[in-house]
Amino acid sequence: MRKNLFNVGALFRGFSTTFSYMFKRMPTIQYPSVKKQHAPRFHGLHELRRYDDGKERCIGCELCAIACPANAITVIGAENAPEDRRSPGERYAARYEIDELRCIFCGLCEEACPTDAIVLTPRFEMADYRRGAFVYAKDRLLVPPEAGLGTSPDERPNGIPADLGAVMRVKDTVDIETGYEATNRGHILRTQRRGLAAGPIADQSS
Amino acid sequence: MSSIVNAIPIWLVVLIKSAIVLLIVITTFAYSMLAERKVMGWMQLRPGPNRVGPWGLMQPAADAVKMIFKEDLTPNTADPLIYRLAPFISLVCAMGTFAIIPFSASADGTLWSVGNVNAGILLIFAIGSIGIYGISLAGWASGSKFPLLGSVRSTAQMISYELSMTMSVIGVLILAGSTALGDIVNAQLRLWFVIPQIVGFVIYLITAVAETNRAPFDLVEAETELVGGFHTEYSGLRFGLFFIAEYLNMITVSCLATLLFLGGWDSPIPGLPSGGLVGLLWFILKAGAFLFFYIWLRSTLPRFRYDRLMAFGWKVLLPVATLNLILTAVVVAVWPVHA
Repeated sequence: MRKNLFNVGALFRGFSTTFSYMFKRMPTIQYPSVKKQHAPRFHGLHELRRYDDGKERCIGCELCAIACPANAITVIGAENAPEDRRSPGERYAARYEIDELRCIFCGLCEEACPTDAIVLTPRFEMADYRRGAFVYAKDRLLVPPEAGLGTSPDERPNGIPADLGAVMRVKDTVDIETGYEATNRGHILRTQRRGLAAGPIADQSS
Repeated sequence: MSSIVNAIPIWLVVLIKSAIVLLIVITTFAYSMLAERKVMGWMQLRPGPNRVGPWGLMQPAADAVKMIFKEDLTPNTADPLIYRLAPFISLVCAMGTFAIIPFSASADGTLWSVGNVNAGILLIFAIGSIGIYGISLAGWASGSKFPLLGSVRSTAQMISYELSMTMSVIGVLILAGSTALGDIVNAQLRLWFVIPQIVGFVIYLITAVAETNRAPFDLVEAETELVGGFHTEYSGLRFGLFFIAEYLNMITVSCLATLLFLGGWDSPIPGLPSGGLVGLLWFILKAGAFLFFYIWLRSTLPRFRYDRLMAFGWKVLLPVATLNLILTAVVVAVWPVHA
């Protein structure tokens, strides 16, 4: 006890540490007004995509529902009527529901999909007061035809549930070069990108 | 001008002075709380409150509104009268000291305080000692175990640390030859007492932290072990009163340290005017530095263990303070500093 009590050097070191921390840069992101730049392969809310001509990509094959480890996806397929074709194939998804409370955002549905219809977007603000609101049906999953191709999910009409406020600025915290340092996938990504001047992700972070 | 001033009855003067001091003190409390949260935030790499108003400046008002509208609970096992009375004892005693503290002095020597008491320092310690009853009674009257433990600790801690605190201050009183706060400051015009009384100053700083129940001596509250200690059962405005009292005590000991050791409103830079409005500025700067030190202390040091706290108080602080007192007394007896 005596040794600790009279260790004045340790006291000074402690005080200087806390004092110097007053002037350090804070890592805080003022969340609702400033949003973090997500990782390039972030797994967030799903969306059902369309083809260029406005037809749904989903053909109602239910492979996503089979692949889903959490049994979160319900697909009920139906035959396309010849006069009103929803999708290019024979069938389309009459009902497509994802229970986002069950979903573990693993992305296996994305990989199972033969037509790249279901994809995970970077959207993560899904908070709601009712449990029922987390069952996303086609009305919220399907990209509206008027949204246009290549519109980012945040800017799409009907695409944003429970938005917490306007985004003033996106804070770039992810460095693709170092952020994926440890993974084999990062190595592959870097090798693929070598020589590309400005990919879509480099655009976002600039 | 002076005839108009003289025409105002004395009770009205005191009333106006009290209102001004009360307003300033309450504002200081509100913003010292915000400053604490901000500074501690910066030291922990967070921004602190910044949502209410620009830069979080309306946070105290928001907190006050929250406190006022919260439900005022009284536990079944509590002693209702004492339980309700205790926060007021704390608050009244914490506010009472500001009636005596002079914040500056005019050129003709008039103190800028509500009342000028010739035993000022004694009165402040006396009021401070009564304030402890608020905490002790609150813990006892709550009728549950954590508050009781908190109040037991507070009693023991206060007794052992008040002793060393008084001992450390007596050295100053010997040097100044007076217990009036104005005279103590005037005695420091040549040399601030922090230099001859450096030991007393350090002991005062340590004991003042213990007196105000602040980290690292906040065993009375000790959120992690006593769930808030004496104010566990309190809610709403009554909890707010304890809160105010704690911060006011912090401001009191800071003001007192300024008056006793740092020359009060005396200019720290030779040549610049002291006293008057400039003196008030010096006083605020010095007291603010102490407040910052308390916040700094809180975010740096971990809480003491109870037995170590007692051992430190009785076996280290009290002997050192006594030695310092004896040494000062001998030195002053041999070389009288005041005629």
